Amino acid sequence: MKHLLSAGDLSRSEAVTILDTTAAMAATQEREIKKLPTLRGRTVVNLFFEDSTRTRISFETAAKRLSADVINFSARGSSVSKGESLKDTALTLQAMGADAVVIRHSASGAPHVLARSGWMTGAVLNAGDGTHQHPTQALLDAYTLRRHLVGLRGGVDPVGHGLDGQHVVIVGDILHSRVARSNVELLHTLGARVTLVAPPTLVPVGVEPWTCEVSYDFDQVLDTEPDAVMMLRVQRERMGGGGFFPSALEYSRSYGLDARRFARLPDHAIVMHPGPMNRGLEISADAADSPRSVIVEQVGNGVAVRMAALYLLLAGAGDASPPGHAENPAPIEGAA
Amino acid sequence: MTTYLLTGARVLGEAPTDVLIADGKIAALGSDLTQGAEAADAARDAQRIEAEGLVLLPGLVDLHTHLREPGREDAETVASGTRAAALGGFTCVHAMANTSPVADTAGVVEQVWRLGRDAGYADVRPVGAVTVGLAGEQLAELGAMAQSAAAVRVFSDDGRCVADPVVMRRALEYAKAFDAVIAQHAQEPRLTATAQMHEGVVSAELGLAGWPAVAEEAIIARDVLLAEHVGSRLHVLHLSTAGSVEIVRWAKTRGIDVTAEATPHHLYLTDELVRSYDPVFKVNPPLRTEADVEAVRAGLADGTIDVVGTDHAPHPREDKDCEWAAAAFGMTGLETALSVVQAAMVETGRMTWADVARVMSFEPARIGRVADQGRPIAVGEPANLTLVDPDARRVVVPQEQATASMNSPFGGMELPGRVVATFLHGRPTVLDGRLVEGR
Repeated sequence: MKHLLSAGDLSRSEAVTILDTTAAMAATQEREIKKLPTLRGRTVVNLFFEDSTRTRISFETAAKRLSADVINFSARGSSVSKGESLKDTALTLQAMGADAVVIRHSASGAPHVLARSGWMTGAVLNAGDGTHQHPTQALLDAYTLRRHLVGLRGGVDPVGHGLDGQHVVIVGDILHSRVARSNVELLHTLGARVTLVAPPTLVPVGVEPWTCEVSYDFDQVLDTEPDAVMMLRVQRERMGGGGFFPSALEYSRSYGLDARRFARLPDHAIVMHPGPMNRGLEISADAADSPRSVIVEQVGNGVAVRMAALYLLLAGAGDASPPGHAENPAPIEGAA
Repeated sequence: MTTYLLTGARVLGEAPTDVLIADGKIAALGSDLTQGAEAADAARDAQRIEAEGLVLLPGLVDLHTHLREPGREDAETVASGTRAAALGGFTCVHAMANTSPVADTAGVVEQVWRLGRDAGYADVRPVGAVTVGLAGEQLAELGAMAQSAAAVRVFSDDGRCVADPVVMRRALEYAKAFDAVIAQHAQEPRLTATAQMHEGVVSAELGLAGWPAVAEEAIIARDVLLAEHVGSRLHVLHLSTAGSVEIVRWAKTRGIDVTAEATPHHLYLTDELVRSYDPVFKVNPPLRTEADVEAVRAGLADGTIDVVGTDHAPHPREDKDCEWAAAAFGMTGLETALSVVQAAMVETGRMTWADVARVMSFEPARIGRVADQGRPIAVGEPANLTLVDPDARRVVVPQEQATASMNSPFGGMELPGRVVATFLHGRPTVLDGRLVEGR
């Protein structure tokens, strides 16, 4: 693995390796001293062309826990706002010796351009590009799903497992969602069944070949007793002239996870949300704050997943010690 | 003026013939001209060009070229663009109006026309804007441009659609006074406000905002009905979808005076290429699906589509060396058009070289009302000619092209055919595949 650009690029064994490595990383994070020496001397640049404090902090924490040097490069506070191109920014980072660039960009495909341009030699890690992909979000979702549905519910050590037979429902603005695109690909690769639920205006034209089912009826899908429900953020600005739905109230009535729908979920089902939430629009407080909500845990798992991704991209070739070296809690295999 | 004797050229791909070019005209045609009576002296003194195995076509005419001058000389100039045209086998190009300033006055179109005449590599016929500043609101002075030295007969806001139905109706009606044609860039603006690529399976996966086929088809349907209502000529630029082919076919059956254009890239490339996120494949209208390419090829072969126009759209490197959404729309095409048509239409058995002459020379000249271009290859006709080696194959190298820009989507691809010589009014602009300098 040279770059992490798209969830669809991962084979099942690569995805399982990342999840297993995440488990090893998460175990180290329960120790008193959380910092590992693994990426000492390496430089990770967080290149954020789009505001996202949550994702940036998650990557920054992950890199620092692995002892990497971290540079935060925010487009708003840099010369990009004065018109510097992606190319010049990349050449600058290359000159500064970045070993990995974590890029967040509002343009779909920007990380691919960066990785294939020849402007820089470091690893490129996609932290969300436009309405295209957000692979580490899908990985942390998969990790969370596996921990609960395979590990805690199934009573087995989930290491080595996929998500075979699990039914995950993703509800909301599929059209504009990089989280949905990444999850459809990754969860399918891991053996899960995925159902997308949205009003027809928020389902992309051309969705037919996607490895999932599509429904316009949330209540009907709840009849199938899914194992997990993932609610996506709905942006209120999508309602303007020529809008995608008539009103917040109508959206909430048809597609919100309110108390009534939440009560219909099977006992073992978990509730997820990539955040930030619009309480009262796509999700009610009853669902978000319930014991079956894993929304806060998703955030914590995000750090472990990003540690695993950085570790596999930068140290996977075997030129750095695995996490915790001598006291390594789980063997890391297939890291490539 | 030097006389030239092409020996053994296959006129429109037919049996070998000698062609004598003298005083800007085709002076004689026939087998073994050096042996004949009258023409013999001239033929014996002429510069011989061995044309055995080569196909002779009328000089190609492009109804759709962006020469970028005035205003964007960093992308192309009239001089560099017409040199590229000559190398591509063109003897006449129509320069689109979206320059800076916009070609919406007699002054600007005359400037472009003079720059073309001074460069001397192809006849430059300026296209006038339909509306002032391409804003789609007020008709530009079409009459003044038609009556200027540039004698404009094609008007277009290309790059933008004349979206207002009333403005389009008036333009179609008004242009009748000077036998001009309105060439429409069919793109419903509201349906394509943020569009980045063809809307379909690939856009859904790539997360790029879609440019739906219906945004093109809805405007074409409206415009053919408007043209019928007011009894005017309509030309549809760069038609790209299967549905558009169907609508134009229907309109022609109904007797509506409509002509249509396809570009080489819409005959050869699909939206699958966008998966690379390489902006060299970003173009407007966008690359469509394989089914659309097939329908456009069928439409060109059966005459529904009348012409191939290059939509040669040069851009400086910085406008393509970036993320997809930030990149400019457009591809260069003058130096690859004939090769792409050969690959897509001739080598697939769908068209003969006579058909190529029709869609790349005769019909464009007729639609643009260019009197001395797109003429038959016959004695006494102007010697605007293109000599092609159909058996050659070449790999396209954008850095080696004469256009000032490098945004060719065919870079690295192997294409058939090579332009060996181009004659403009009896003088060679290209010989042995190279530009003739010092014209």
